[in-house]
Amino acid sequence: MVANRERRVIVVGGGLAGLAAAVRVAESGIPVDLFSMVPVKRSHSVCAQGGINACNEVARQQGYSEYQHFDETIYGGDYLADQGPVLEMANWAPKVIDLLDRMGVPFNRTSEGMRDLRLFGGSLFKRTHFAGATTGQQLLYALDEQTRRYTSEGKINKYEFWEFLWPVTTGEGEDKRCVGIVAQDMRTMQIRAFRGDAVVMATGGNGLIFGKSTNSVICTGGAAARCYQAGAWYGNPEMIQVHPTAIPGADKCRLMSESARGEGGRVWVPRKKGDTRRGQDIPEGERWYFLEEKYPKYGNLVPRDIASREIFDVCVNQGMGVFGENQVYLDLTHKDPEYLTRKLGGIMEIYEKFAGEDPRYAPMRIFPAVHYTMGGLWTQFTPGTYDPSEPWGDHKPGMEAPTDAKPGRGMRIGAMNNAMTNIPGLYAFGEVNFAYHGATRLGANALLSCIFDGLFCGLGVANFVNEGPAAEAPAELVEQKVYDAAVESEQAKVRKLVDSAAGVGEQSDDVNPYMIGRELGIEMTAASTVVKTGERLQRCLAKLRELGERYSRVKLSDGAGWTNQSLSYTRAIGDMIVLAQAIAKGGLLREESRGSHYRLDFPERDDTRFLKTSVAVYDPSDADRCRIDWRDIDTRLVKPRARTYGKTESSPDAKTPTEKPAEAAAS
Amino acid sequence: MVAPSKPVTSKPDEVKPEMGRTVRFTIHRCDGPGKAARWESFDVPIEPGSNIISVLQYIAAHPVTIEGKRTTPVVWDSGCLEEVCGACTMVINGRVRQSCSCLIDHIAPRNGDEVTLEPMSKFPVVRDLWVDRERLFYNLRRVKAWVPIDGTYDLGAGPTENPDKQETRYKLSTCMSCGCCLEACPQFNLEEDPEHWDSAFIGAHAISQARLFNEHETGKQLKRDRLDELMGPGGVSDCGNAQNCVKVCPKEIPLTESIGAMGRAVTIHSLARFFAGKK
Repeated sequence: MVANRERRVIVVGGGLAGLAAAVRVAESGIPVDLFSMVPVKRSHSVCAQGGINACNEVARQQGYSEYQHFDETIYGGDYLADQGPVLEMANWAPKVIDLLDRMGVPFNRTSEGMRDLRLFGGSLFKRTHFAGATTGQQLLYALDEQTRRYTSEGKINKYEFWEFLWPVTTGEGEDKRCVGIVAQDMRTMQIRAFRGDAVVMATGGNGLIFGKSTNSVICTGGAAARCYQAGAWYGNPEMIQVHPTAIPGADKCRLMSESARGEGGRVWVPRKKGDTRRGQDIPEGERWYFLEEKYPKYGNLVPRDIASREIFDVCVNQGMGVFGENQVYLDLTHKDPEYLTRKLGGIMEIYEKFAGEDPRYAPMRIFPAVHYTMGGLWTQFTPGTYDPSEPWGDHKPGMEAPTDAKPGRGMRIGAMNNAMTNIPGLYAFGEVNFAYHGATRLGANALLSCIFDGLFCGLGVANFVNEGPAAEAPAELVEQKVYDAAVESEQAKVRKLVDSAAGVGEQSDDVNPYMIGRELGIEMTAASTVVKTGERLQRCLAKLRELGERYSRVKLSDGAGWTNQSLSYTRAIGDMIVLAQAIAKGGLLREESRGSHYRLDFPERDDTRFLKTSVAVYDPSDADRCRIDWRDIDTRLVKPRARTYGKTESSPDAKTPTEKPAEAAAS
Repeated sequence: MVAPSKPVTSKPDEVKPEMGRTVRFTIHRCDGPGKAARWESFDVPIEPGSNIISVLQYIAAHPVTIEGKRTTPVVWDSGCLEEVCGACTMVINGRVRQSCSCLIDHIAPRNGDEVTLEPMSKFPVVRDLWVDRERLFYNLRRVKAWVPIDGTYDLGAGPTENPDKQETRYKLSTCMSCGCCLEACPQFNLEEDPEHWDSAFIGAHAISQARLFNEHETGKQLKRDRLDELMGPGGVSDCGNAQNCVKVCPKEIPLTESIGAMGRAVTIHSLARFFAGKK
């Protein structure tokens, strides 16, 4: 072990996962360099609306438990997640909430001053904590505030408006290790290397690959794609969540939170095809509440993939969309307007602001949009102490859980490989970590997984630096030429792009980066979202090869050496095409339907062949630059069962409107 | 059960937007600090639902001015496009606001309408419409805008809070650091030298955040530090009571109420210090 060395950890990304990691690592006494393309307070986490799940005292007394939360998450994810990490996350959830509470998050309160709870998809219990309708924003701000505190104490050094370009590694094979990064100042365009004993990627999802999504403009997946091209494996690339309820727009699709359904929102279309009346003028008996009829148990609160597919089916296949377009009603007008303002004020405002109608009085018009990336950098973990002799079966509310919720049951506390990629020293936290959500994510579990990674797996990072390989061979002793070579490599890529801008006259669409990006989004949305087929994905891969070829001739529209956003965007497009190829190829080879991945030509789940993680390995010699390996999943804890959410049959002609939601509304 | 019919309150359109129209966007451009500024105009076809963001995206893909001159894409700052991150703030037709929530149907409903876009003037321009708002975040450090918790280990729940207080704090906590209140404030001026940031007016946003954390059970442990800062140069007494801040705040945060509350707290604080024999 090298004495008196300087230790540093690099965190890339300043959303919930990155900030939680930075705070946790800084607290352990290791200085942190925090990189973000935006001031961290503007990270995409602000967009999360609905809430954060955790077992709580009220639900517990109704028969809920951390174990039930774990079981719901595994079942919701259609058994594609390794089970240990999910158990640990569910067990920590109440502690995460307590911590956020102490940080001052203004969680909604009951009359007694306790934290209020709401119902969310995938559960029959109220287990979702919330702060108005901007929970993600409030959680991010709490962590931003703690980061500001540590920054003013000199423990965290922020590099805002810096873009991650490449991980720096030393050694090959077993000895390979990540020892820093190359990044670029988005204003001065300076490119430089930073040493780090460990690097935490907390760079979120890749919604921009699909063009218009609910994601922020920075969610290109570029950073993850760069790690992938540098040799990090990418798990379950085909698992992309389409949120059932978004407001279609010219620049993006804006999320309409699941809490709108949780608070009693009802999804319907007119029973009469192409009905020209306004939604609020159509009488109750002429409305088809298709989710409530098909899923009497969960009703409008079925998980996201099911809701998306049913809405897609009603609009695209049956042509029953509102005004004949791809849209359905999400209706809250039966609720008291003041109640809606209090509980859902933020999202009511968003709808009114961007769609021009007041959702308290007119039903909202919504359609599914790409929302969340379940797949991500593949990561490892060390199993915890819960090791049943055989997997537990269907866990019913009120049943005694087969294990308690003590820390370390699912994942060993402080293990250095928790959330570590296949490259030692390179970690993936939050949305960019593939670990927790399997084939689809339950609502209000994302914020949890981000903060859990930062807090729990952050300990492993500190241990890696203090006692692990980084203590034996610290980054500060790595030869400077390693970093110089990495910088030179990135500068060469930039020169090639900037040189392409010289002599741009009439720029043809063929090599216009914005047009390539637009075509990429349209193609990926059409081929690789709600409904997929082998034939369509084959065509998609061909299109991606074409886009890749055109990209190799791309012409930048701005050659400036100062604050060149076109450069940043164009560079990301290249990386997005590479990642899109993994997404499409994973989707093609996974010949089954599971969670958000629905193959029309293989409509059933196939546990024999595909109860496995698809692992994309970058391979420039392959036509699609990608090889897919299949890895077994840790299913020691829970036995897979059919994921049906109690479905029954329904059609627009059956005039049997259910009474259940009305009762729920009255209570 | 049929819900009772309710009045529809969606606003009647003053001018019904013309379909298939073209709108002229005149944009204040500057290649970087110290470079000369210029205006460039673009004619942009408007689709239903267009906002300033989709217009700037169109210009990025077709960077040709009305004179037919090829130029570079416009540089601007943006993030969530849902008016919760604060990034895309700029001055549109003379008024500071977020560009994502600025629908073209509302500001330019007729064919040939004109729209001007300028960067905020109270922060240094980085390039075109992108400004450097570092000072805004620095001022949050001045008032120690955080809760001083004892670390991130599990130490149980935070303090309980009555719903009224939660509602007050939640409203204050929706401040997204966009800078609208500072752009509109006659007392808050461009200050490029960070050496002067500690004595220049701190701004409505930071005063309101001081109130937010003084209202929290644990946050109030730093109350005196915050009031010391607001008592000093550039503190709450520099507010000229123009009340522009509250008018332009996109989140309708009661900024003047916060300034009033902090003004009173500073007065009491300074009297207490006086009688305690401190200056």
